[in-house]
Amino acid sequence: MKFGVIVFPGSNCDLDAYYLVRDVLKKPVEYIYYNQGSIGQNDVIILPGGFTYGDYLRSGAIARFSPVMSAVADFAERGGIVLGICNGFQVLTEAGLLPGALYRNNHLQFRCEQVYVRIENDSLPLTCATSKGDLLKMPVAHGDGNYYASPELLRELEENKQIVFRYSGQDGSVTAEANPNGSTGNIAGVCNRRGNVTGLMPHPERAGESILGSEDGLVIFNSIISYLENREVV
Amino acid sequence: MLTAKFCAVWKEAKVLQWKAKVEVTLKKAVLDPQGAAVENSLRALGYDHIKQVRVGKYIELTLDAPGREEASARVEEMSRRLLSNPIIEDFSYTLQEAGA
Repeated sequence: MKFGVIVFPGSNCDLDAYYLVRDVLKKPVEYIYYNQGSIGQNDVIILPGGFTYGDYLRSGAIARFSPVMSAVADFAERGGIVLGICNGFQVLTEAGLLPGALYRNNHLQFRCEQVYVRIENDSLPLTCATSKGDLLKMPVAHGDGNYYASPELLRELEENKQIVFRYSGQDGSVTAEANPNGSTGNIAGVCNRRGNVTGLMPHPERAGESILGSEDGLVIFNSIISYLENREVV
Repeated sequence: MLTAKFCAVWKEAKVLQWKAKVEVTLKKAVLDPQGAAVENSLRALGYDHIKQVRVGKYIELTLDAPGREEASARVEEMSRRLLSNPIIEDFSYTLQEAGA
């Protein structure tokens, strides 16, 4: 089982993701550069947070045309597990690999704080070790995390169980106060229809050790690992 | 005969330069936090008659194309693929022959 972390010009959470996989999860991991034509023999591809291409034009708008993204799209098409964190989520929506769009926070502020998200779908590769309604404490750090879905798309996402995480209070209530950026329906993360591509604004890779204030992010990576191990057995 | 053939080849190879002015705006249904902040600021300055402010992007492109139709097609494609995100934004543009 091998993880690949994509490095775009302007990625800045690539090392966080790499460190978590190598030093906390103790799994093999490699960097894959934006100009590579292939993503190698990896089972999981992580698009990390950062400010690819300075967020010029729109967050993720330029990175999505990087050479490596065709290989990521092929990998997703073959059912490979793709996880986009923060800016990585923005790149995936811009690339059309995930539905909806992310734009400027409704209050215009950059939000850097711990938030709670509630698990809405517990049967995905990256949530299979959780239960619906579980709360995860993870940090957010973004200015363009306002998830937009039209009313039609929102209905579609709900019907297909593509809403994976919602911002919530510490008691699990989904309220406007718990919404750090104005996202439609407090949506913090969504997946594609097939469930193998997921993006979220909070940073699970920065919530993997108690010294960082939370270990809740680990459950996402442990879900992926147990999903892959079970698949390998089959 | 020879002249006509030469003219046709020359016309084919002739490339004109165009200037496109592209405007990208958030769709009406999408809330515009920047517009709202500017609107509040204008009101604070005493401009009570302000009804609404929407903030968008203005992008100028200079490009080569043999004719208006081709130039227009190129600008549209670029606007759709990169300059705007059709999920949240609309775009419009004007096109002018550069130097004309």
